[in-house]
Amino acid sequence: MNIQQFLGIFISSVFIYNVILSRFLGLCPFVAISKDTRQAFAMSAAVTFVITASSVVTWFIYRFLLLPFNLAYLRTLSFVLVIAALVQLIEMVIKKASPVLYRAFGIYLTLITTNCAVLGAAVLNVDMFFANGKPVPGSFYYSLFQGFCMGLGYTLAMLIMSGIRERLEFCNVPKAMRDFPLAFVIASVLSLSFMGFSGFKF
Amino acid sequence: MKKLVKEFTKGIIKENPTFVLALGLCPTLAVSVSVANAIGMGVAATFVLLGSSVIISLVKGFIPGKIRIPCFIVIIATFVTITELCLKAYSPVLDRALGIYVPLIVVNCIVLGRAEAFACRNNLASAFFDGLGMGVGFTLALILISAIREVLGSGKILGHTLVNGFEPVFVFGMPSGALLVIGLLLGLFNLIKNRKT
Repeated sequence: MNIQQFLGIFISSVFIYNVILSRFLGLCPFVAISKDTRQAFAMSAAVTFVITASSVVTWFIYRFLLLPFNLAYLRTLSFVLVIAALVQLIEMVIKKASPVLYRAFGIYLTLITTNCAVLGAAVLNVDMFFANGKPVPGSFYYSLFQGFCMGLGYTLAMLIMSGIRERLEFCNVPKAMRDFPLAFVIASVLSLSFMGFSGFKF
Repeated sequence: MKKLVKEFTKGIIKENPTFVLALGLCPTLAVSVSVANAIGMGVAATFVLLGSSVIISLVKGFIPGKIRIPCFIVIIATFVTITELCLKAYSPVLDRALGIYVPLIVVNCIVLGRAEAFACRNNLASAFFDGLGMGVGFTLALILISAIREVLGSGKILGHTLVNGFEPVFVFGMPSGALLVIGLLLGLFNLIKNRKT
């Protein structure tokens, strides 16, 4: 466990393997609610929060429940249920503790339950930081940090995208290319520019 | 009989999950680098769709309305786990190529969407053909996208070289190429739809 490794995780999950632009996780909200920067920010903040929290919870489930009882094959099933329950719990806590924040996150929290970025992060953490049924040294901190960084990458892509789409609002786009198709073409150009980051070597 | 044929064919063109409903795009984009991967993913997703549709339509009478979504998720996750284990056992190469996108079938909106919109309201036969049709539609869409990407990105199809001396456009093998292809294809489908009406 050293600082270089953390830096590596940061660069690779925010830039090189960006959740949206390179791994294609969480595309549906990326295309659907990236028209307005404020909404996009609320959504990405909620996603970052949930990914980080679920990285922690799924790590504990995998390490102390699934591995000792040889149930690793139940990974997908248990992670999905835990994430769904976690999102509900977070929603209830926020609703009680901070109604203002709850209004800001609004429906986005509920939508996150089926966001593949959250499950994807949990599965990736387990794939990367467990070897032969044992956690690698520092595995918990790496999982936590990678979850958070994937959220940051999500936020970055979301903000850039919504900025671009706000500018394009007044452009005269051919009718067939409006909304979804155009969003994908923009995402393609963005992804192309993010490819430049893969030149970084550690 | 006629109705069942209709349930089957609607998923292929009229309600194609990828191009018309724009559902489940994450795996579509991620695994469409080569046609072989696309077929593998398509078959895996079809199996999950078919299995979960059948089971959900069978147990729809026993599930209380309020907790139906968690129940659906458990059923879907079971089939995904079966698929995962079978892939690992019989085709490790494909399993490695598809990577995390196999467990992610569980959050694929097509599967839950069909469970919620169709399977829990219809009888066994309709649900079976609906699941099969949607799965086939998804697979065909994947094959179309991956064929375009593989031909342009590596000059090959299913590993066979098409034209000698063709300089491949590498960007189509990259994530950015996937987004471009799907964007333009969606635009094309919109154009056809607009012409018709």
